[in-house]
Amino acid sequence: MAVIEQPDERTETALAAWWRHFRYVVSENPVTLFAFCLFGMFVFLAFFGPWIVPFDPLASDTSSALQPPSWKHWFGTDNLGRDVFSRVVVATRLDFMIAFSAVAISFVVGSVLGCLSGYYGGWTDRIVGRSIDTIMAFPLFVLAMGIVAALGNTVENIVYATAIINLPFYTRVARAEVNIRRHAGFVDAAKLAGNSDARLLTFHLFPNILPPMMVQVSLNLGWAILNAAGLSFIGLGVRPPAPEWGIMVAEGATFIVSGQWWLALFPGAALMLAVFCFNLLGDGLRDLIDPQRRT
Amino acid sequence: MNRFSMIGRRLTQAIPSIIGIIIVTFLLTRALPGDPAVYFAGPAADEQSIAEVRAALGLDKSLPEQFWLYLGDLARGDLGVSISTGRPVLEELATRLPASLELTLVALVFAIGTALPLGILAATRPNSWIDHLCRVVVTAGVSLPVFFTGLFFVYIFYYIADLAPSPLGRIDIYFIAPDHVTGFFLIDSLIAGDLETFRAALAQIILPAVSMGVFVLAPLARMTRASMLQALGSDYIRTAQASGLSRSKVLFAYAFRNALLPILTTLGMVFSFMLGANVLVEKVFAWPGIGSYAVNALIVSDFAAVQGFVLSMAILFVVINLAIDVLYTIVDPRIGMEG
Amino acid sequence: MTDTPAIPLLAIKDLTVEFKTRGGVVEALHQVGFDVYKREMVGVVGESGSGKSVTAYTVMGILDRAGRATSGTANFGGFEMIGAREKDLRALRGREASMIFQSPRTALNPIRKVGKQIEDVLLEHTAVHRRDVKQKAIDLLAQVRILRPEQRYHAYPYELSGGMCQRVMIAIALACEPALLIADEPTTGLDVTTQKATMDIVRDLTSERNMAAILITHDLGLAARYCQRIVVMQKGLVVEAALTEELFHNPQHPYTKKLIKATPRTDSRLEDLSEVSELNEATVATAPAVPSDASVQTRPLLEVRGLIKEYPLHETAERRRLIDRILRPNLTPKQATFRAVDEISFTVNAGESVGLVGESGCGKSTTSSMVTRLLDPTAGTILFDGEDIGAIPARKFARSPLRSSIQMVFQDPTESLNPRFSAFDAIAEPLRRLGDPMNRAVMAARIEELAALVGLPDELLTRFPHQLSGGQKARVGIARAIALNPKLLILDEPTSALDVSVQAVVLLLLDRLRRELGMTYIFVSHDLNVVRLLCNRVIVMNEGQIVETGDAEELLSNPREAYTRALVDAIPNLSRERTHPDLVLV
Repeated sequence: MAVIEQPDERTETALAAWWRHFRYVVSENPVTLFAFCLFGMFVFLAFFGPWIVPFDPLASDTSSALQPPSWKHWFGTDNLGRDVFSRVVVATRLDFMIAFSAVAISFVVGSVLGCLSGYYGGWTDRIVGRSIDTIMAFPLFVLAMGIVAALGNTVENIVYATAIINLPFYTRVARAEVNIRRHAGFVDAAKLAGNSDARLLTFHLFPNILPPMMVQVSLNLGWAILNAAGLSFIGLGVRPPAPEWGIMVAEGATFIVSGQWWLALFPGAALMLAVFCFNLLGDGLRDLIDPQRRT
Repeated sequence: MNRFSMIGRRLTQAIPSIIGIIIVTFLLTRALPGDPAVYFAGPAADEQSIAEVRAALGLDKSLPEQFWLYLGDLARGDLGVSISTGRPVLEELATRLPASLELTLVALVFAIGTALPLGILAATRPNSWIDHLCRVVVTAGVSLPVFFTGLFFVYIFYYIADLAPSPLGRIDIYFIAPDHVTGFFLIDSLIAGDLETFRAALAQIILPAVSMGVFVLAPLARMTRASMLQALGSDYIRTAQASGLSRSKVLFAYAFRNALLPILTTLGMVFSFMLGANVLVEKVFAWPGIGSYAVNALIVSDFAAVQGFVLSMAILFVVINLAIDVLYTIVDPRIGMEG
Repeated sequence: MTDTPAIPLLAIKDLTVEFKTRGGVVEALHQVGFDVYKREMVGVVGESGSGKSVTAYTVMGILDRAGRATSGTANFGGFEMIGAREKDLRALRGREASMIFQSPRTALNPIRKVGKQIEDVLLEHTAVHRRDVKQKAIDLLAQVRILRPEQRYHAYPYELSGGMCQRVMIAIALACEPALLIADEPTTGLDVTTQKATMDIVRDLTSERNMAAILITHDLGLAARYCQRIVVMQKGLVVEAALTEELFHNPQHPYTKKLIKATPRTDSRLEDLSEVSELNEATVATAPAVPSDASVQTRPLLEVRGLIKEYPLHETAERRRLIDRILRPNLTPKQATFRAVDEISFTVNAGESVGLVGESGCGKSTTSSMVTRLLDPTAGTILFDGEDIGAIPARKFARSPLRSSIQMVFQDPTESLNPRFSAFDAIAEPLRRLGDPMNRAVMAARIEELAALVGLPDELLTRFPHQLSGGQKARVGIARAIALNPKLLILDEPTSALDVSVQAVVLLLLDRLRRELGMTYIFVSHDLNVVRLLCNRVIVMNEGQIVETGDAEELLSNPREAYTRALVDAIPNLSRERTHPDLVLV
């Protein structure tokens, strides 16, 4: 296999090297580029949404209720006369916040638990395994329903419930990946170099399992948003009048049968687009992190 | 190590899960807001009668004591009485379970029937149109919220195209439900030889089943494709080709059977989604199954009903996973050898 | 020798094959051509990247999608293989021309009984009746010398050893009595004694049936022992082709000469290898290889006494599960533990180079893991420089001051380098953790010094493992191991994953480093020839026990124990095979 020539990297700073690699990954696959752009758009809306929308998402105006999309109201108005477009845009922030917080918690806790049980085996593995099995014994959405119903309809509880039901995925992936590599030569070499177990896990093993974990993260982000929306749809999620995609679809559901499609379509489409974006992003993120893909 | 001791081992491994489920369910439902004693005592009750009702329900005892009583009830099959309907929870669940199961099974048949061929074709013809179609279906299918698909099917097929019947349950009000044999309308109507009813029931079930099916189609197709690709790239396929075995033999007896293993694992995961998606789909289509029962119960804090629901879903799931594990050992003789 | 008929069974001419890769179109074969006649075995020999396997795959028509034969012909018994229809090729494969591969366990369908896999081929190509096919399969298993074939018919590949799986593959390949058998590295991954048994079966069966055979291998010694003619390939070209005797007696091409020199033999010396070194590096052998006894002191550096390592088996009485005790109460548990290392004792003096030899499962790797303190012994003492290091648990040894004195070079260079660390970081790691504190400039200087010592060019230091060749990765591993100037260096089969010519260079390097840096070596290997080149003393292990120890030369020319003798006999090597009086080994 021919060995490729490359520029002298030692003069390049780490940041510049990352940027160059990022450009390479993005240019190699147009789908990745598309996904990153879409993601950027969503992040922008999440941050600046409330300031750029034409109407106040909470302002109701019953005289202009249930109007179809027009130049004035791009996405039409809902049954309380609120502008659907503004509500859809502002909802981005809430949904993204829920998804990211939940995934962040599951990722951190799940990675730690998975790494420890994959590396040490024995009782650690058994206890963690049993706990995860208990969570996985429930149909996950049902468990989320139960948790939110028990603890109350607040945004925090939605985040916790979503984090708990996502935990098993990270734990299992981390455990499996660490297990595969546990006896690899480089792990023994790290021990020979004087690394303690903690250092080994953190600096030697964990960076190697990041690529498959990254794919998991992006899939989970989509799943977390769908979860939160689903909970809201059945009335167990965010409370009205807060704009959130799931609630908006629920509220719009009753109007579909009478032909007023725009109340449910736009929030649903936004939801779909966001999840779609995260799924596409998965492969791109993995390529970004995987050293074997570096030029 | 023969198959029976393997199954025995799996059963014993399932017991801690079931114990965990019972404990978690109990804790969750005791944490539900609202005071059932007040509800049961009625609007005209005073402190005294509420306290009496509470004692009668056993709610004044300590948590461990309540748990012990709960276990005793469970052993007798007593899941309590539903607040909202007044009927025993077990009875309610039993009448509603067939509706949900029928929906889930039809959705599953649709999903498997579409995902498997799609995945296999995509793997055997890489970069063809069918491969791209598969990838689009997979990415789009996973992104679609199941309630959204349901709603829009209703909009398109009912409101606009007028093809589908109104989404108001398992069977149109003009028809009478077939005699109860299995509880599955489709099967029962066929048993009774009543084709009209069969068609009506089928018409009602198509939209909800397809909505749910589309949602699980995606992970199944993705896993089938990935798994087939990996199997096809394996060393033993190269040997089979070098031995000149026919295409169909290589594809099915060699590649597909090996690819089946991860697909079965995905199936277990898929069931988890489906049991959850049930709740959402039943709400959209007013399907009288367990899911809609649970949603209503949660809203009024009907804790016996919620408890019964979560418990039965979880146990159903454990049973399904057990069945999948058994299937797994049939397909792969290496399982169980790893101690 | 054999009177070869005029018409070859397989005639390959001007075969050129291209592959579409990420980096463009790569030519894997360029105008390759050779003939194969009936009743002979032709050896196609070359290192990795030579294109020897690609040739076979192209002829059989099972080339990867990305590959394409752009020109040339391969005439098999009158039928043109290149460009033929898949349907026709499929009819030929297995029936007229068969192939067996390396890694036999993965080459068989893991979830299908081996008997059924043989049947599949029979049913596909012959007119055998369903009633009789099972018996035919059992007969074939017997022909490949598998004992109790009626029972083994029902076995799955994971239940059989590597050698037995290879025999099953041979049975599948020969089931329909083809005219040609292509064996692609059939012995890679097998033990030395199993290799001999496997190749003997191939030779016997193919000559019984008057078949033609092609043996593709990187092992020149193996080809010399079994093949009448040898074709040497390098980088997609046929470099030389001749009768085996001719080739060794009178090699024409410089590459052939280099290959012959680089293959260790019972009488080769370390200096012989120095003529093999590649161009990019500084020629390493400076001082001539004085027998290293001069540097050996009598002070023992390492003393191992009564070392035992036991592993509990799953079926010990206490661990039997309740359900098993209920369902099968009469079954007594098998042996409670498995002894990987069974009370061994040996000593290694400072400055010595000791070889630890045995086949897979003999306990040599377990022993070396315990000595390196990566694994805890069950019983026994390990004294290093007088200190009882066996008493320090493996978990805690990383922080012991003795950690830096005992280091290891690993077998698989790919697996032993962290994919996320550059070569620089990999070498720096032990320095950062256990070395004296030094600032960046000093560290960089030290690492460059180490790189120069192992012959690794500076510009490769920023590369990641997947961007380095096998030999380069091996050097990084060595640089990392010597970074802390260890007293004792354990080398666990450090060259077995490398090409023969690269192996030669690395062996020279290791020898030089030992003399210059004054280290003591324990060289773990299954390859007696290699061990002989580098070690003064050899310890032979089998089934957890020491079978024989002694001076390396002595042991190899005059083995005392039967097991050692079997080991020595099993190794194919050039000098013993060709005892033709005119033959002078250069």
